[in-house]
Amino acid sequence: MALAAVRVEGLCRLAGGASREIWAFGAEIDGPGGTRVYDLVMRRDPPGRDDEGSRDLEFRVVRAAGEAGVPVPQVHWCCTDPAVLGTTFYVMDRVDGEALPRRLLRDARYEKTRAVLTGQLGAILARIHAVDPDQPALAGLSDATAGTVSSALAEIDRVSEGIRGLAAEPHPTLTLAERWLRARAPEGSRRALVHGDYRVGNVLFDEDGARAILDWELCKIGDPVEDLGWLCARPWRFGSPLPVGGVGTREALVDAYVAAGGAPVDPAHLRFWEAMASYKVALVWIQQSWVYRSGRVPSLELAALGRRTAEEEQALLDLMEEQA
Amino acid sequence: MNDEPHAEELLRAVERFLERDVVPNLQGVPRFHARVAANVVAMVAREIETEAEHQAGEWERLGALLDEAGALPDGREARRQALRARNATLVDRIRAGAADGGEVRRRVLAHLRRTVDDKMAVSRPPRQRE
Repeated sequence: MALAAVRVEGLCRLAGGASREIWAFGAEIDGPGGTRVYDLVMRRDPPGRDDEGSRDLEFRVVRAAGEAGVPVPQVHWCCTDPAVLGTTFYVMDRVDGEALPRRLLRDARYEKTRAVLTGQLGAILARIHAVDPDQPALAGLSDATAGTVSSALAEIDRVSEGIRGLAAEPHPTLTLAERWLRARAPEGSRRALVHGDYRVGNVLFDEDGARAILDWELCKIGDPVEDLGWLCARPWRFGSPLPVGGVGTREALVDAYVAAGGAPVDPAHLRFWEAMASYKVALVWIQQSWVYRSGRVPSLELAALGRRTAEEEQALLDLMEEQA
Repeated sequence: MNDEPHAEELLRAVERFLERDVVPNLQGVPRFHARVAANVVAMVAREIETEAEHQAGEWERLGALLDEAGALPDGREARRQALRARNATLVDRIRAGAADGGEVRRRVLAHLRRTVDDKMAVSRPPRQRE
């Protein structure tokens, strides 16, 4: 393909990916058998935000996940030469599908998807966690299990420092949650490839179910139960009583996960990571409010998000009262 | 005293204007932001309607929990500061382990539940409105 003529058509930036640019384009490639057209997607850091080849690592993780049977867009190549597009980028197939959770929950056409998605997400997660995180192709992954403190405790330290540093008002509910989390932080855990942002908003789906798992930029080596807890967390339920993205139960998720080869999950361990998710999201809302109040970004949307902190506090009270 | 309409009534007029006249005539990101603006304006109206009651309740519950006497001061900023001080004391006690178990934990949880419910009644995330 090196000498083939390539024509790029219909280049357009896609919505989403606030911290990464995502561009769709068609590529016509002349070859011995004639011209072929490829629907492709290019993902790159915005210029000036290239964090040391992280796109290259993400490319290698997506490729390894695909080889392990995880549904992901097939990735083609990664270019680290800044002379080409300014920052590192990689190119993958464009997968058709919907990614908006509200459509998943409301549209009649996704009725079957709602019924099968929980089981699919459990089985897919078992495959992600079966990827060998120490294979040479994944060199450079951050390892949350490497420190002297457990990864969970290190995460609680990071989030509580963030809250203390940025919140303008005292948050007794978050302080109580911090102590609850510290008392329940798992000491050790299995080591696995962790997606790091495994939620319905990062699943591309169609009328038959999940098509691809997207947004691997937060992947790391860590406690696999973290992905299960994150998937069950309150912010991605959109008002539904069902914890798994508003479409399924924890039991159905864990059953599918274990049936597909995932290690058995202790419900208390899962509840810890689910609470951890709400605790982390509370910090995100506090950060957004701080960014607005500091005058850095005069955005109405950021201003409004600060008041969402109460939702995570409510979720944390629910979890603390379930298991006092 | 200001003339009618009251502040919350004026805000509801802004909310209606945004919902009925602005949102339907916009597309994409501006439409989304107009909807956020309508939600924010409605939130502020609810806060004006409930603030005195919510603050008085929180002040009393905190006083009982912390065994502190004293009336909630007058003036917007003074009330905020007084509540902030009691909440900071509660945070210190929680951090010191005072609410780790037993009857104190039960009372602290009940207080926090009520406080969060009040906050949610004001912020009322979109899903609760449907």
